[in-house]
Formats: sequence, structure tokens, C-alpha cells
Amino acid sequence: MISSYKRGWYSENKIKSLYGFLSFLLVLSGAVSFCNVYIPRESPLHVEIFTITLLGKYLCLAILALSIDIVWGYCGILSLGHGAFFALGGYAMGMHLMLQIGDRGVYGHPTLPDFMVFLNWSELPWFWVGFDSFWFALFCSALLPGVLAFVFGWLAFRSRVTGVYFSIITQALTYALMLAFFRNEMGFGGNNGLTDFKDILGFDLQSDAVRVSLFLCTAMTLSVAYYLCFLLMESKFGRVVLAIRDSEERVRFLGYQTEIYKVAVFVFSAILAGIAGALYVPQVGIINPGEFAPLNSIEAVIWVAVGGRGVLYGAVIGAVLVNFAKTRFTALFPEEWLFVLGALFVLVTIFLPRGLIGLAGDRPSNSGETSRREF
Amino acid sequence: MSIKNRYLILLILIPWTCLSHFAAAWERDLRDKASLLAQASLRETPGIVADLETFGEPALPLLEAMLNGNLHSRRSDKRLVIADSQSAEQIPIIDAVTAEKLQDSRKRLLTKVRVNNQLRKQIRRIISRITLGSPNASVRHKAVDNMLYNLNPQSIGLLAEAKKIETDRDVLKLINLTLAINDLRTSDESQVLLDATNTVRGNLEPIVFNTISTLLRQHEANQRIQDDEFFLRQIKRVHAELQTKIKFYQLAERFYYGLSLGSVLLLAASGLAITFGVMRVINMAHGELIMLGAYTTYVVQLIMPSYIEFSIYVAIPCAFLVSGGVGIMIERFVIRFLRDRPLETLLATFGVSLILQQSVRSLFSPLNRQVSNPDWLSGSLEINPIFALTYNRLYILLFALIVFANLVLIIKKTDLGLQIRAVSQNREMAKCMGIKTDWVDALTFGLGSGLAGLAGVALSQITNVGPNLGQAYIIDSFMVVVFGGVGNLYGTLVGGFSLGVINKFLEPIAGTVLSNIIVLIFIVFFIQLRPSGLFPETSRVSK
Amino acid sequence: MRRGPPELLKPLLKFESIKNDHFPYVDVSHSVGLYVEGLTVTFDGFRALDGFNLYVDDGELRCLIGANGAGKTTLMDVITGRTKPDSGEVYFGQNINLIGKTETEIAQLGIARKFQNPTVFEHQTVLSNLELALHGKRGIFDTLVGDFSSDDLDRINEVLAIIGLKDRIKSPAGSLSHGQKQWLEIGMLLSANPRLLLVDEPAAGMTRGEAERTAELLKDLAGDRTIIVIEHDMEFIRSIANKVTVMHQGQMLAEGSMTEIKKNPSVLEVYLGEEY
Repeated sequence: MISSYKRGWYSENKIKSLYGFLSFLLVLSGAVSFCNVYIPRESPLHVEIFTITLLGKYLCLAILALSIDIVWGYCGILSLGHGAFFALGGYAMGMHLMLQIGDRGVYGHPTLPDFMVFLNWSELPWFWVGFDSFWFALFCSALLPGVLAFVFGWLAFRSRVTGVYFSIITQALTYALMLAFFRNEMGFGGNNGLTDFKDILGFDLQSDAVRVSLFLCTAMTLSVAYYLCFLLMESKFGRVVLAIRDSEERVRFLGYQTEIYKVAVFVFSAILAGIAGALYVPQVGIINPGEFAPLNSIEAVIWVAVGGRGVLYGAVIGAVLVNFAKTRFTALFPEEWLFVLGALFVLVTIFLPRGLIGLAGDRPSNSGETSRREF
Repeated sequence: MSIKNRYLILLILIPWTCLSHFAAAWERDLRDKASLLAQASLRETPGIVADLETFGEPALPLLEAMLNGNLHSRRSDKRLVIADSQSAEQIPIIDAVTAEKLQDSRKRLLTKVRVNNQLRKQIRRIISRITLGSPNASVRHKAVDNMLYNLNPQSIGLLAEAKKIETDRDVLKLINLTLAINDLRTSDESQVLLDATNTVRGNLEPIVFNTISTLLRQHEANQRIQDDEFFLRQIKRVHAELQTKIKFYQLAERFYYGLSLGSVLLLAASGLAITFGVMRVINMAHGELIMLGAYTTYVVQLIMPSYIEFSIYVAIPCAFLVSGGVGIMIERFVIRFLRDRPLETLLATFGVSLILQQSVRSLFSPLNRQVSNPDWLSGSLEINPIFALTYNRLYILLFALIVFANLVLIIKKTDLGLQIRAVSQNREMAKCMGIKTDWVDALTFGLGSGLAGLAGVALSQITNVGPNLGQAYIIDSFMVVVFGGVGNLYGTLVGGFSLGVINKFLEPIAGTVLSNIIVLIFIVFFIQLRPSGLFPETSRVSK
Repeated sequence: MRRGPPELLKPLLKFESIKNDHFPYVDVSHSVGLYVEGLTVTFDGFRALDGFNLYVDDGELRCLIGANGAGKTTLMDVITGRTKPDSGEVYFGQNINLIGKTETEIAQLGIARKFQNPTVFEHQTVLSNLELALHGKRGIFDTLVGDFSSDDLDRINEVLAIIGLKDRIKSPAGSLSHGQKQWLEIGMLLSANPRLLLVDEPAAGMTRGEAERTAELLKDLAGDRTIIVIEHDMEFIRSIANKVTVMHQGQMLAEGSMTEIKKNPSVLEVYLGEEY
């Protein structure tokens, strides 16, 4: 006999794994930062600032992976356009950083970024207005992907575009955005994108302290995002979403408006991806249209597949592992990385449908393969 | 061999030997005369050049080279040669008199024959005179054609002379046109203008429209022809007629470009219409199979460099086999394990596409490769001066239609087609009927992939061949299939051509990139409205 | 003049269309439960339903029989909004036109359906399956913050007692046997507490005893609710039905009590063929 919702629902294991993961993440990032700041350079325990930035990058990508896991692993929607949300968030932050350069650019123009001076523009285009405020830019980096996801998702899910069709049109979406952002007239720096950032909130982006803080910020954001995703997926909302993944039609017959659920998940996920992008740009120091490339989006999907979809920490582990492998591999054999990546796609989908998590035998009750009826 | 035969041969040979003797004679004279150019001062040169006119057409190459500053004398033997003085280090040279190919030379071993502006004018005049006087009508035609775009009082004088003796109708027409244009530009007499207007009426040469436009502009600026109402009405009418005609042909040209793009899309998508449309397998490596087809064409040309004309005939079956073979391998080693898991198939085949791309990059190079066109594919079919159909696009259009027709035949009329349809509709049932479904799957996929290879051959004729070739087409071809209606071959046909045409008609309004984007967005919206495409399959949904 | 939000956005703003427990929108004052008239559905020229009529009283338990392809499942598809008919009318009660409504809207009106094959959410627990079906608000904000009310808990416990899966509440539904899945699906119907139930072959895969229990259950439920049952098992039908409708090639062939049907000449002709 069940008596209470909470007791009836959360299993001890899930709570344990949630807190386990969060404390692991926070302790580790704290320790790494400590090793960089307080341990002298000569000591073998010292962590290079380069490593910190690299880890910060991985964690940003882990947030992106988390966002993909939410839509793909939990809702069964394979989006091949999440890179677009990530890049949009990145561009919003990049625009702010660009305006922060002020008159320190090559042309020394007090308000206009270099590329606009180069294009002989006389004033900021309307859509750049407001980006000199950090908080506005941060807000936009969540809002823009959210709005795009809302419009796109609402149109698609309403007319029941599902499965591969959806995947392909999301890919077309990011491809179209890439083409658009490559154009100089768009006013986002064209081919070169936005780069040469100087500082953020008045602090020098090149300084170690700022880099460590950015890294810690990213770790915090990842933790919050992870916690939110957990709450979301363990609520009744999450169970409706899982049910949609397994049999959308049945859920509809139960009286749920599945398209609204799907739009909600999609928008939430896009916002996460956008925030990840906003954190990513100040750490890597550049954002260009290449971020919209379809390959980026689909590569992010494979991180989730490698880690194990339908499990939150699977996505995080996958993102960090694959990107670590990529860093090492491209340094050693730059040519062969695409072979490895390609093989990863093939092998994981055929032999590891549940990812590394599945390999480890950890099988949460709600994980599983996506719906068999896609068409 | 009988005596009679020998006699015959002798009879045939005699005139030829005579001729060659004769040829040798003028050749020697010309060479003697011309060689004076090598040492002559600029003051002496006009005299020599004037003498060259007497040699007529044989002197043309030499004169033209001189006009373009390509005439040199070789230091070693003072021989006059033609060499492109723009090119670098090793220059290929030909003899100025006999046009015989000589050994390549270095720039510093040649002395340029100097010309100045006055000399150039003289040479031009001589060339015009020689060509206008040529017994060959096509040479005369070309000469007049040249003058049409370089009108000056001298050439008008020459043309007026030539008109009197011209017998060829086409050349005469062109001369009249040229003179009429001159009249329109210079004359103020209303009868002359009126006659000229009637002559040029309906002619689509760009210069006609430009001349009339200039005339009308001058009129509006009160510079010419103020009070000749009748003429003005006439010329305005001609102008308007031309405008409509030009607009029409511009539209026709757009449409042709659209069809051309459409045929490329159709080729790229017809393979997908099989693998995605009929088998419902998402093959993201389809673009790379196209690329393999293009590279096959490249390799075939490398293997048979002296038979470029035929290489394409060899390349077509080769590309079909290569891409088809790789396709069958993809089906056997990857897709087979992922049946009924379309999202996973999408990811796995994307991985395959990365591997194929990188293989080509490592094997050849990341750089683009140039595939040469056979001669019969270059050039264009000129319908009128402003509307020409380039042969390569025309042939690709035909090729696409032929390939598509064959595809439809295979699917609708052959046993294989029947089995393909049976397996795609009900795999279990087909198996029970004794169809080897595995075999059919592999063959179907091979067929679709082979078609991608054929698309690659066609693409290699109009674009550079590189490892990224396929990427550019994969999204577009999926769009074509989805737009036309998955599972409907004719949908793919209509989808391909309509997307091509839409794209090309948007281009002048929005620019290339933007029109691409607009088309993508259009399709995205279209799918929202009609999720199953233009020609949806209707069937009873069973659960 | 158009009032209110544009069509496109309407479903978004309407997070919820059920206001209270007993579906006040349905007007059954003239005791009409379901009213189907002149329904025609074609698939590529094949007439799955051909001018079909059906009138079911409020609170009635009606059985539908007919050979495969007679149009029974298509009828259910039309009623639940899965298939759009070419022509005809379908009214729920006497005031709600079901044609043109989506599956979701129809479900929210209190029409629930049990599929031919048991379709439960295999990756979720029994409890979670029941929870999803539980009658209540269906909007995203409701499910985000919602909690079981004490009524809900009572209802679920009640349902669990009926379907006999009390000790399996935390097992994934995928691990249940075929019969248990049937029961779970019936349990989902019960926890949805609908006004009109469409039950497609409930006894398939059940033991005789289980089938009898199901029959009892359906008889119990009728009265408060309107129930339409599709079944091939004549034994089962005999045990529950007062009124049977026979379908043949998309049309109504006969209607009446089981004994009347058995004597009906056209039914005999269709079922027994020339021998008659």
C-alpha cells in the first residue's frame, strides 16, 4: 500500500547517485582549482592553467551533452541542431565581449567592433544594442535559443514531425544558420566570427584568476543544471516525457497534449545549451560560424551515446571522455581523429546501445531504448 | 598492286606535291619579309607591316600575335615565334609563320617585337581588311562580328566597301546590322535613323539594346533628336519589344539554370529515394557515396589520360560499381544490425561518412581535384545572342532523366523491383514467400548507392572534386525526398526540379547564400504543413 | 471578427480542459451516450466504414462483433480521433461533436481506450503507469509540481486491489506477463475514470477465470459509464452483453440481444455462408 508520493517515488539509490555525483563534481573542481592557485609551480601536484581552461571547456560541453540527453535520452527526440543553440548562446556572449573591447581594437573605434569598421559601418546595428550589458547578454544567451527552439519545436511537434524527419530538419536548421552567419552582412563578423576578447566584467580574460573563476562558474552551472534536470525528470512531468519517448500515441490517448510537453523539454534543453555556449566562449576566446556546422551537433550526440543516454551522468561522462580523447588524439595523430570518431559512431550504436553506463551494468529502471516505432 | 592502281595514286599525288611546293614558296617569302621585323626600328616597321598585307590570311596569326604583344624573335636563330609573354619561366612557343610547335623556351632567350599605338591601329586595320576580304564566309563573319563591338569611322568605311561585294547572306545581314548601329549612334537624319531602326528591330545582340537605350537616354537629356515624333515612337516600340524579349530569355535562362540544379538534385536524391524512400533507411553517408563516384571519375581519367573523351563512358559503370559496392558493404556491416532503429542508423551511417571522407582525404589529398571535361561536354548550344545552353548542364539534365527513367523501370517492371517493393511493404510476408530478404536488402541498398555514384560522375563535370563534395548535397537531397514525399519516386522527380527552379529564381532577388537559406526554411515550413510531402503515400494505418 | 488568441496558440494557452471530476461538458440528459451516423472512412479506395450508424445509450454496455476487416478498430480510431472520417457524424452525449477534435481533446473529454494489444509503458513501473493514467490535470505545470492528493492515493489503492498487482507496484511494466499487462491496462482505464470506455479485445490472452473477472468488472462499471466492447470470444460476450451490434464490411448488419442476433438471417448468412 503506497501512502506518500515522495516515499512512493524517489528511490534511495537515485538520491544517493544524485548527491554522489554533485559532490564529486564540486569537490573535484574545487580541488583542481586549489592545486592551481595555492600549490607552487614546481610541485608535481600543481595544475597548469592550461589544464584548468581545458577542463572548463569539457564541463561546458558536458552541459551541452546534458541538454541533448534530456531531449534524446528521455524524450526520444534526436535533435541534430543543438549545436545551433549552443552557438547562439555563444554569439550572445561573444557580442558582449566584443563590445567590451571598446577602443582597444585594431582600428581603435570607440564603439564599433573592428569588423564593422572594416565594413565601413557607421553605427551599431539595432540587434547589437543592449549587449554592452553583461546581464542582458547572459539573459539573451538563454532567451534566443529558447525562442528559436520554441518556434521551431512548436511548428514541428504540432504537425507531428517526429523521428528522423525531425532530426533532418534540425540539421537543416543549423546548416542554414551556419550559412547565414558566414555572411558578412549579417553583422556577426562573418567568416572570422567574434574574437580578440579583452575582458569580462572588467577583469582581464587572460589572467589566471579569471580563468579559474570561469572554470568554477562552469562547474557550478553544471551542478545546478544537473540538479534541475534531475528534479524535472523525477517529477510526474518527467514520467510523462519518458512515456512520450516510449509511445507518444498512447500518451495522447491518455489525454496529455504531447506536443506541449515536447516543446517544453525542447525549449528547456535549448536554454541549457545556450548557457553552455555562453560559458564556453569566454574560455576559448572565439566564436565563429563553424560552431553551427552540422558535424558539431552530431558529434555532441555521440558523446551522449558513448556515455549512455537516458542517464544524466552518462551524458556528462560521455562528453568529458570523448573530448579528452579528442584532445589527446588530435595532438598525436591529427589526421586520424575523424577515423576514430567515425568508428565510435558505428561501434557505439551497434555494440553499445546503452553506452558505457550500460557496459558497467548500471541499468536505471527508466533507461531503455528509444521507441521502436519512429515512422 | 596493279599498274592501273599505281597510276591512279600518282595522279592523286601530283597536285599535292605541286601545292606543297607552292606553299613552301609563299612561306619562304613571308618568312623573309617578316624576319625583317626582328631588326626593324619602330619607324621602319609600318612599311614592313604594310607589305605583310599582301600575303593575306597566312599572315594573320603573325599580325594578331604582334597586336597582342606576343610576337617574339628567338635570339638563337632570329626566328619569329609566338609566345604568351604573360606566362612564366618555361614558355611554350610556336612558329609565327607555320604555327608549328617548337621546343619550350625561356623568356630571356626571346626578344619581343616592339609595337606602339599607331602601329596597333595599322595592324588592326590590316587584319580587318584581310579578314573582310577572305574567301571564307565564316572568317568574314567573325571579322564583322569583331567590328560590331569596336565601331570606329575606319571600320565603318571598310564595312561600307565590303557590303558592296558581299554575297553571303548572313555576313551581309551582320554588316547591315553593324552599319545600322553606327547610324543610330551618329546620324541625325530621320530617314537614316528610321531605316536603321527597322534593320535592328528584334535583334537580340546586347549592343542593339544598349545603343537604343543610349539613344533614348540622350533624347531624354535633350542631347539628340528632339522633334522627330514618328521616329521616336518607332524606336520606343522597338525598345519595348526588345525589353520584353530580353526579359523572356532571362527568365528562360533562369529556368534552365533551375532545371540544371534540379537535375543535379534529382541525381543526388534518386539514390536516396531508394534507400530512404523505399527502404526507409537513413543513410547519412549518401553524400560520401556521391563523392566516391566523383573520385572514381577522377581516377579513371588518371588511368587513361590520352582517352579523356571516352573516360566518362568508363567512369559511369565504374562509379556505379564502386559506390554500389561500398553501399553494399555499409548495408552488410552496419545497417543490417540496426534495422527498425532509424535514429541509430542515422548516427552510425554518419560515422561511416566521416570515415569515408577522411579516407579520401588521406588517400588523395584534402585539396580539390580538377576533372577535365571531354570536348563534347564543353561549349554551349547558342539559341540566340543572349540565350545559350551549356552542353555539360544539358547533358547532365538528360543523364538525370535517363537514370531516373531506368530507376523507375527497375522498380516497377523487374523482378528485383517487385521483390524490393515486397520487402519494403512487409518483410515477414516476403520472407515467407521465399524472397531472400537479406539479399534483396543488400541489392536495394547497392542500387541506391550506385545511383549516388552516378550523381558523382555528373557532379565531377560541373564542380571541383574534393572530400567535402558530398556534404554539400546530403541535406539538399534529403530535403528533395522529404519534399516530394517519402516513398514516391515521382515525388522525388517533381521535388528535385521544383526545388532547383525555386532556388534559381530566388537567387537574383536574395543572393546565393540567402536563397539557399530561404529554400531550407521554406522546406522546414512545408514539412510542418504537409508532413508527408507533396505526394504522400496513403494507406491504412495498422497497429 | 475573431476573438481570443489565434488558432495556432490556443492549445498552448489551454493547459487544461477538464475542470472537475464528472465531465460537466457532456450532456446526457436525453440518455444518449454515443451517437454515430453515416460514418464513412476510406483508405485508398477501400471502404473501411461505409455509412455506419451506431446509437449507444448512456450507461449502456454494448458489444461489437464482426469478422476481421469489418471496421471495428477503424470505428474506435474515428471515435478517439486517430482517423479522420470522410463523412459522417460522431457525437459524444448529445452536444459534443468529436469530429475534428484531436486525440488529446477527446481523451480529456473522458473517453478512454484500451488497445487490442496491451500497450503499457514498459520502461516505467506499474505505479507510474497508473499515475500517468490517473484522472486529473494534464498541463505541464500541473505535472511539474503536482503531487498525489489523498483522493488519488485512495483511487490508486482501489485500482491496485482490483487488478491484483499490489505487490508489483515498483516493477517495470515490461516485466509483467501478458495477462498482467492486460490487467494493468484495464487498471489504467479505471484510474482515468472515463465517461466512455472503448475496450478492444479485453479477454485476449487471459485465462477463463481472468476473463470471467474482467466480464464482472465491465458489468460493474456499466451504468455509471458507457462501455463499448469489441470481442471475438462469444462466450465472453454472452456473459456480459445485453445488446450486440454486428458489423459487416463497414456497415451495421444487425443489432439486438444475443438470442435475436443468433436467429438473424443476414447474420447467419454472413457467418455460415451458403450452407444456410
